[in-house]
Amino acid sequence: MLKYKNPLMVLVFSAAIFSCPFFLNAYWIDVINNIGLYAILALSLNFIVGYTGLFHMGHAAFFAVGAYTAAVLNTSYSIPILLLLPVSGAAAALFAYLVARPIIHLRGDYLLIVTIAIVEVVRIALVNNVFGLTGGSNGIFGISRPEFFGLTIRRPHEFFYYIWSFLAISVFLFYMLERSRFVRALNYIKNDEVAAEGSGVDVAYYKLIAFVLGAFWAGMVGNIYASKMTLISPESFNFWESVILFVIVILGGSGSIRGVILGAFLIVGLPEIFRQFAGARMLVFGAAMVAMMVFRPQGFLPPLPRKYATHKIKPGDETL
Amino acid sequence: MTLLSIQNLTKKFGGLMAVNDVSFDVDQGKIVGLIGPNGAGKTTVFNLITGNYVPDQGEIFFNGHNLEGLKTHKIVSLGIARTFQTIRLFKNLSVLENVLAGCHCRMRSGIFSSMLRLSFQRKEEKMALARALKELEFVGLKEHMDLKSMNLSYGNQRLLEIARALASNPKLIVLDEPAGGMNDFETQQLVGLIQKMQDRGLTVLLIEHDMNLVMRICEHIVVLEHGALIAQGNAEQITSDQRVIEAYLGIDEDEE
Repeated sequence: MLKYKNPLMVLVFSAAIFSCPFFLNAYWIDVINNIGLYAILALSLNFIVGYTGLFHMGHAAFFAVGAYTAAVLNTSYSIPILLLLPVSGAAAALFAYLVARPIIHLRGDYLLIVTIAIVEVVRIALVNNVFGLTGGSNGIFGISRPEFFGLTIRRPHEFFYYIWSFLAISVFLFYMLERSRFVRALNYIKNDEVAAEGSGVDVAYYKLIAFVLGAFWAGMVGNIYASKMTLISPESFNFWESVILFVIVILGGSGSIRGVILGAFLIVGLPEIFRQFAGARMLVFGAAMVAMMVFRPQGFLPPLPRKYATHKIKPGDETL
Repeated sequence: MTLLSIQNLTKKFGGLMAVNDVSFDVDQGKIVGLIGPNGAGKTTVFNLITGNYVPDQGEIFFNGHNLEGLKTHKIVSLGIARTFQTIRLFKNLSVLENVLAGCHCRMRSGIFSSMLRLSFQRKEEKMALARALKELEFVGLKEHMDLKSMNLSYGNQRLLEIARALASNPKLIVLDEPAGGMNDFETQQLVGLIQKMQDRGLTVLLIEHDMNLVMRICEHIVVLEHGALIAQGNAEQITSDQRVIEAYLGIDEDEE
């Protein structure tokens, strides 16, 4: 029984989530949708902050690039927004590659400061309407809804299936990656950069790839967000959004998929439940953060040790 | 046959000559010791070989390749693996995963093959696992493979570093004070292990302060003092070399 505990938990959780549309009203489904979007964003940030241990507080910049790419191409050239999903991801990934490449060797707090600058520069550039494409502080409106085979996704209940299916697929792919040499290499870098390089891991390359992959996913979420809101403006991509994503990863459990999803529920979901105490929200938030850092610095659900099928290896098996 | 050739290597740190015009060769299949008093520049030589530092002058050739300008991970994939003087394990990862780090540079699967778990990726993972288990068995840590590496004893942490280095399938293994912090019994086992590495066809270059160990297993010994090479030869030649004795024991000035 204990052996199947984890798959069982995943099954129960999925069943609980996917039954939500049957008894929640549109308002609460929209809250769940927002949690889903933040969860995917935080999972993409998890590659950089969680697995690799790089302090990156500018993730909203990649989210913004994806959202604006989708918005501009959709409103100017009326390309279906769903087709732009990989384009948004690729644009954010390219942007991440260009900005991360010169700063990838920076450590700890130095990297943190530069990433904060990146998200601010992006926001200010959007406000100032650079290239005349982004609509200044009013943003871009009239973004079309996604269409699946003639079925337009419009209501929160419809977006629910779109967002949470996307999340489910992302989680599946990320889980596969966790059990590969890719995430292992990121973990080696987090533990000890010098030893990782000395063991044969190309540290600069893997750090860069962590940024590019994280940005690709954030860009795709930007596309979903743009089609959900139909209106985007620079204020949706400010520094505070980056901080929230960072906190979700650290509080939930950095490097842990289940932890990050729990983090999204706590950081995005709880304030909705306790809406009548909104005045005290920041106070509680601050106190909770301090308490967490003191009593459980590894987060609520830290990553589980990976399992390896060592029992399947027989003496005399082919080795590397 | 010469596997590693160091030619006129020089490295300065500000005004300090850490390594001054050092040249020596390491022959294929030999166990070579690099010794010298504290601050002689031994670890700096190691860091130059492995690409952690860039030499100011001089060249390093390994197996026909000039190592100039190559990054450390590239040098590892050419076949030089190292251990660290101050143990540098991936503390929060399991013993097994530490060894798998060494396999990394021999693997090819990327993000897409891993996400989709393609058959060649699964096969490669399995082969890496088999290799890691083989190296853990070689150093005698197989029963500890699920422990976090930080929970190993000091001596076992040193052995784990060796296993990690071996997993990268090196031609030359560079050991920086492998017996540091080990008790007599552990040192005995280490001697056996180093000889087993030689039997596997590996070339070993090591820094060690335990002279007993060095004299017993090293076929060739290189002595540094203040960054300069003062002697090289076999154990007998080294122990009878006047400059080496002076470097280690000092000169009695009254007698001069």
